Formats: sequence, C-alpha cells, structure tokens
Amino acid sequence: MAKSRDEIFQEVQWVLVDALGVDDDEVTAEATLMGDLGAESIDFLDIVFRLEKAFDIKIPREELFPAESLMNNPEFVSNGKMTEKGLAELRDKVPHTDLSGFENDPDINKLGDLFTVGAIINYVETKLNAA
Amino acid sequence: MRWIWIDKFVEFHSGERAVAIKNVTLSEEHLHDHFPGFPVMPESLMIEAMAQTSGILVGEAKKFEEKVILAKVKKAVFFDYVKPGDTIELDARIESITSEAASTSGKISCRERLIAEIDLMFSHIDQNLAGKEFPKENFVFTDTFKSLLRGLVSDGGCREPKSEGK
Repeated sequence: MAKSRDEIFQEVQWVLVDALGVDDDEVTAEATLMGDLGAESIDFLDIVFRLEKAFDIKIPREELFPAESLMNNPEFVSNGKMTEKGLAELRDKVPHTDLSGFENDPDINKLGDLFTVGAIINYVETKLNAA
Repeated sequence: MRWIWIDKFVEFHSGERAVAIKNVTLSEEHLHDHFPGFPVMPESLMIEAMAQTSGILVGEAKKFEEKVILAKVKKAVFFDYVKPGDTIELDARIESITSEAASTSGKISCRERLIAEIDLMFSHIDQNLAGKEFPKENFVFTDTFKSLLRGLVSDGGCREPKSEGK
C-alpha cells in the first residue's frame, strides 16, 4: 500500500534525527538542512544512504542534492549568482523543490537554504509513486 | 610508517564483511594513565580500531584505488569496559557503498560479550570535495596496511573468503 505523506514525513524525520543528531521537533517541513539542522556535505551522503534503506529506493547521485555540481560549473554561476542557464538546469534537476524565492535573488550562498525537509519529502513521495 | 592499531584479520569477505582482532596489553603506555589503578581501553581508540577494520574493508572493495577517509562517526555506543589481557573482536559490515562514499556498521565484542556498536561513514576523497586535488599516490593504503590482509585476500583482489581458525 502506498505510504501517506504523513507516514513519509515521520520516516524522513526519523532519518534526519538519527543522521544529524537533532531533536524531532526541529525537523519541520520548512527547516533547511544546512541552515536550521546544521548538515554538512558528508551528511548529505549519509542521508541519501539512510533514505535508500528506509524506503527501499535507489537514489542516483545528484538527483536529490544536485547543487554541488551546478555550483562548480562556470556556465551556471557568475559573480556569486546563478545564471539563467543555471536556474534552468536547477529547475530541471530539482522538480521537487520550490525555487520561487531563490529565482528572485539567485545568490549561490542561499542555495543551501533550498534543501528543506519538505523537499526531501516531495522527492521521496515522487519516487515512491513512480515505483 | 602508518600506525596500525589492529593485530590481524580473521575473516575477510570482500565488499561485505571483515572481522579483525586486537589484543590489549598493559604494555600500552596510555593504559597507565587511563586510568591510574583502573586500566581500560579508551573508547576513542575503540573507534580507531573499528575505523581501521571498516576502512580496510571499504578500501579493498575498490581494490585500494580510492583514498578512503573517515568522514563521520554515525554512532558509537559503549556497553562494557575492555581491560588489559582482553582480545577484542571487531566485526565490520558495509551497509552501502557508492563511487563517492561508504557507510559501515560494526560491533566490538570480547568473549561473546558486546562491548560497542560503532557505525561509520567513509569518503572517497578524490570523488568529493568539489574536485579538490590530492596527491596522486594513495597515502591512505600503504603496503604496511595491505600486509594485514596477506593470506586472506590475494593481491589481485580475489574475492574468495578464507577463514583462519580462531
């Protein structure tokens, strides 16, 4: 039976509590992984591994957290801002993420704020529905 | 010369699981200070022993071509003391491994008694850190480290597991 959004949220919450050592009440849908929950780069891989196990899905590299490769590409980033081309690429790669705020001010330092708990839930939901 | 903190592997199943042992002795100087009159193996050094066991398991899985660096201690829970004269058994398993990282779980026991559970993450640093360059030679896995596997894994990274009598 398909998992409800609430069930997915609970499992994602558990994964993040365990991976980042945070309290469960900190893991809200709006919380950002880096800013609010203190995730570092290796934590993203840890989270991917844990999500794969928790939901029995395969998460290809770059699919859930593709920002790193975009940030290193001069075509996509110029003067600390993401270019139109970069934004187009980002929209394409992260359909599960709300980009509206970022598009108004595409400062790459704010890229980390895009990774919210909600984005992970959206991603897992899409992935489970596709399976 | 690298610092080797485990004594030998007793089981090695390439890409899956490895079991190493370490003998703890009062001739290790730090035990005299940790603690005076009550020598017990420091928990940080149990993590080191597990990091070496798991790290070699992860390195061998990619034929020692990657530079495998301990990136995160996911869990370290200790249940009992380890004292001089004890032989601890370090049982490590690969939970997930990809081109850029690996996640392992491990248990330390002493005569069937559970001592610790230690889960780790390793990074293949050449595949991470946004293309930062590291020295070409594999400074993680020197010959000294590989010599621990002599007799258990053939040089060609042969996958047949052999078990020595315990």
